[in-house]
Amino acid sequence: MSKRIDVENLNVYYGDFLAVEDVNMAIEPRSVTAFIGPSGCGKSTFLRTLNRMHEVISGARVEGKVLLDGDDLYGKGVDPVVVRSQIGMVFQRPNPFPTMSIRENVLAGVKLNNRKISKTDADELVENSLRGANLWNEVKGRLDKPGSGLSGGQQQRLCIARSIAVKPDVILMDEPCSALDPISTLAVEDLINELKEEYTVVIVTHNMQQAARVSDKTAFFNIAGTGKPGKLIEYAPTQEIFNNPSEKSTEDYVSGRFG
Amino acid sequence: MSISADALKPSGNKRTQTKDLPDVGNPAADKIFSGISLAAGILILVVLAAVAIFLVAQALPVFTADSEDLTSGSFLKYILPLTIGTLIASTIALLLATPIGIGVALFISHYAPARLSKGIGYVIDLLAAIPSVIFGAWGASVLAPKIVPFYDWLATYLGFLPIFEGPASQTGKTILTAGIVLGIMILPIITSMCREIFIQTPKLQEEAALGLGATRWEMIRMTVFPFARGGIISAVMLALGRALGETMAVTLVLASGPLTASLITSGNQTFASEIALNFPEAYGLRMSELIAAGLVLFVITLIVNVIARLIVSRYKEFSGAN
Repeated sequence: MSKRIDVENLNVYYGDFLAVEDVNMAIEPRSVTAFIGPSGCGKSTFLRTLNRMHEVISGARVEGKVLLDGDDLYGKGVDPVVVRSQIGMVFQRPNPFPTMSIRENVLAGVKLNNRKISKTDADELVENSLRGANLWNEVKGRLDKPGSGLSGGQQQRLCIARSIAVKPDVILMDEPCSALDPISTLAVEDLINELKEEYTVVIVTHNMQQAARVSDKTAFFNIAGTGKPGKLIEYAPTQEIFNNPSEKSTEDYVSGRFG
Repeated sequence: MSISADALKPSGNKRTQTKDLPDVGNPAADKIFSGISLAAGILILVVLAAVAIFLVAQALPVFTADSEDLTSGSFLKYILPLTIGTLIASTIALLLATPIGIGVALFISHYAPARLSKGIGYVIDLLAAIPSVIFGAWGASVLAPKIVPFYDWLATYLGFLPIFEGPASQTGKTILTAGIVLGIMILPIITSMCREIFIQTPKLQEEAALGLGATRWEMIRMTVFPFARGGIISAVMLALGRALGETMAVTLVLASGPLTASLITSGNQTFASEIALNFPEAYGLRMSELIAAGLVLFVITLIVNVIARLIVSRYKEFSGAN
């Protein structure tokens, strides 16, 4: 399953502080969208509003709408817990559950809410998810070993396997390669290309080559200065952003003149 | 940089210095400090050994004495009820304090708004600062009389269980009351240690759970408890150590007597209370007997600690430390 996301007039606040101002964006299903921009420009904050993870920080709130195939994620009576099970997230640093084995890690999300799953179904799901994350061949012989014993790149792919095991509609990635070496980064990037066959993928990255390599569309965020809100400057097909941007600041950023 | 480093250098330092190597500090100070650390470490072992030797040496006469001269005919008969009494009181305390302590710690670390949680934290720490004699006095003069109707109720409706067999004590000075007071006393230890550990749960792991669609309680079960398991066990064992050795509160609250199964009649006795009550008038063999009882308590505490260590190390591979 893959769903589209439409963001309408979204403002993100931390308490009284306006962190991200007035974002409008349409994210197509089965595509990879990259968010780029200098540090502190609000791209991670914005990403986290797409599955209501920003609410973990007290005082955070939004105005505006985020529509997942037309359903407002911030509508009345919408449970953030349900939102997060439909929109998965992969974080900056690999975070497998250290007390769980590789197998348990993959099944962690599936077993939530006391859902029961038969052993054969579980075996199948573990294999499919790990295959989907290009990790099966590396770990199939040691599924009962702790997930924290894997290398950084393997751990990150385990986290991706854990996300796709719950069959989300969208996968959000917050700088998924920033803690990985180049080889592992390549493995994750290859995986992102495969994931878009089935999922809507949104990725925040500091690495512009990465955005150019993996994404179909790119959004450039910028900030006018410290204490000012972050804004969406330009949102266009990736080729256009990197080769022929319509905004001066986008061109300055992608050509390395600042940021 | 180099000027300030020179200025800070002690004047007595006559060490020559090559130009390309930075000053690594005063080697004499290093030696003194490492000596002090080593001495401190050894001192702990010496103190522990001294305590053990003192206890064994002073207790020795009991094991060679004529059995007729001992209080209960044999040392084992004397020690057994005390062991059981001590364990009963401590178990009651732990059963009460562990769930409440963990619950309060969780509330402070993960549920309460920031401002409220700080206030509660201070109050809990304050509870730890109350001297045990105060707890004892409160238990004996306030809690014990107030709890009598509850004991009567237990004796009437649950009296078929040996532990609630009547008639209930009309002063309320029972091992159950002592256990409750002990539970309140060890509550701050469990709460503050658990809180410290709970708030150290890596944010990244908590977010991993939430990101999968976990509710707050599921997140706590998936990340906070596994992360804190070793710490919770340590906290409980530390609290158990205090409960086992607590003297004053039990002495004041408990109307001691011979071992009985019922928790709501007067009777039973703990090691620490037994020693404290009888020590002032004891001499000769009786003194040795009390010290031997102390030795047994010492050994029990040691065993408790070893078991705690074993439990903690069993989960090492999955602890998150790697």
